[in-house]
Amino acid sequence: MRLSRSAKVVLGVVSGLVLLFIYTPLMLVVVNSFNADRTFGWPPKGFTLEWWGKAFDSPGVREAVVSSLWVAVVATLVSLLLGTLLAMSLQRYKFFGRDVISLLVILPIALPGVVTGIALNNMFTTILGVPLSLWTVVIAHATFCMVTVFNNVIARLRRMSAGLEEASADLGAGVFTTFGLVTFPQLRSALLAGGLLAFALSFDEIIVTTFTIGAGETTLPIWILQNLFRPNQAPVVNVVAVVLIVVSIVPIWLAQRLSGDSVGVSEARVKAE
Amino acid sequence: MAIQTQHLPPGSPRGSGGVPRAKANTFSALLHRRPRLRLAALLTAPAGWLVLVYIAALAALLITAFWTVDTFTGEVSTVWTTENIVTVLTDPVYQRITLRTLWIAVAVTVIDMILALPIAFFIAKVAGARWEKLLVVAVLMPLWASYLVKAYAWRNVLAEGGLLEWLGAPIGLSSPGYGETAVILTLSYIWLPYMILPIYAGFDRVPDSLLEASGDLGAKPLTTMRLVMLPLLVPSIIAGTIFTFSLSLGDYITAQIVGGATQMLGTVVYANVGAANNLPFAAAVSLVPIAIIMFYLFIVRRSGALNSL
Repeated sequence: MRLSRSAKVVLGVVSGLVLLFIYTPLMLVVVNSFNADRTFGWPPKGFTLEWWGKAFDSPGVREAVVSSLWVAVVATLVSLLLGTLLAMSLQRYKFFGRDVISLLVILPIALPGVVTGIALNNMFTTILGVPLSLWTVVIAHATFCMVTVFNNVIARLRRMSAGLEEASADLGAGVFTTFGLVTFPQLRSALLAGGLLAFALSFDEIIVTTFTIGAGETTLPIWILQNLFRPNQAPVVNVVAVVLIVVSIVPIWLAQRLSGDSVGVSEARVKAE
Repeated sequence: MAIQTQHLPPGSPRGSGGVPRAKANTFSALLHRRPRLRLAALLTAPAGWLVLVYIAALAALLITAFWTVDTFTGEVSTVWTTENIVTVLTDPVYQRITLRTLWIAVAVTVIDMILALPIAFFIAKVAGARWEKLLVVAVLMPLWASYLVKAYAWRNVLAEGGLLEWLGAPIGLSSPGYGETAVILTLSYIWLPYMILPIYAGFDRVPDSLLEASGDLGAKPLTTMRLVMLPLLVPSIIAGTIFTFSLSLGDYITAQIVGGATQMLGTVVYANVGAANNLPFAAAVSLVPIAIIMFYLFIVRRSGALNSL
């Protein structure tokens, strides 16, 4: 499609404005983390490092980070296992109920978080009588993290030729040897990408978490939510937010480099023109 | 049950052929011979999890909606009643909240569609290969920059004496403050990447040669857009709308942070699980977004959008 020069410029400007819209509020949080004024009026009247010091000294933040990391790691491991098994069975076999299961796996992300949250809360507390804890959060997170691993692995499986596995079987390798020496190495980067996305999703999750977490426990998002409306803590929340913005760049950048399957970025395309 | 695998069926000539085999462990050999057993071994854990954890929970939710709470003990009592559901459907308060939530979700979806289409098109079809990569990462990055951080950022933008007021003052505009408009604005902001990415992936899959051909046959860019691109893009756009619509429909945290007194369905659910301690009523309220999303998924299921999620 041959676009006129002015059409391209207009599109470029609109895209630039959308990016500006995306980044301005985030930049405001960064600036406010140094804002000397507690009410964060704009423009800032002075700058200080006080909040950064307070954030790093806060035991509440530290505990919340540790819980968040633990939940995210365990949920990621569970979803890696389940997502991979599911992708292999749906991609390699045709069976009765296959479509139902492929719909089931997207349901936890297609339905609003509040639904997943209350459904699991109700099952744990009313039906099973299990006390809420970090473990119930892990179960909830693994349920919706599974789909990111599943998506990455199934995309990779579609591009892998089955010939190598057949050859391996023909040469006498058992099912497990073939998986370990032939299939797994080809899946590795897709697993890493899916795992990173699952980790990021779990680390950031708030809605489902509020419904499934035990009374005495906090994850980082829960801590942020609890402290958002406390005038003395709000500046510290800004600092934690900035750290989160910076830290979240790492997994997304890595996942982007590793997979490419999810949005097709890595496929080098030669542009017409 | 038809099973299709790339392996030869058991007993085929090659399987029993003369090639000497390494001594396989018997379990592995059994799995190799029996594709159905292999499938069962792969499928049991994940399908079991989805059914036992998720479907069971949804089913339990549906049942709980028909139960009630003992007003003295505060415990859920398993007395069957349709009272909760009738209240949710007929009480004008909940009707208003449902309509407001629907309106917010639709507004967010439309705003995101309008913002996402040009930038997704620009990234996929106009920007050079190098810029394309950079722009995708630029759009992706805030996707993972914490939901709360973004809602909170908007609280700062919209606050009294905040950035928006400062920007708007010279041209006589004021900040909308905390309320319904703020919720729509903030949710549009938070879910925007969920709309841009599928639409970008959709544009990316449309081969350039198709667009060239359309141009060669005399179509102007806008005609090509309408007759060639849009039909191919529909599944991607719908995939994006599923995200923005569903995520907005269930939100209550943004409503808490920038919504002022704005109540959404999620707010009611949360209040009834926590403070009011009325799980059956919360369950009944949550059936509303479930019904709306299921209805939407049912309408769009033929479009192929579910594969683009």
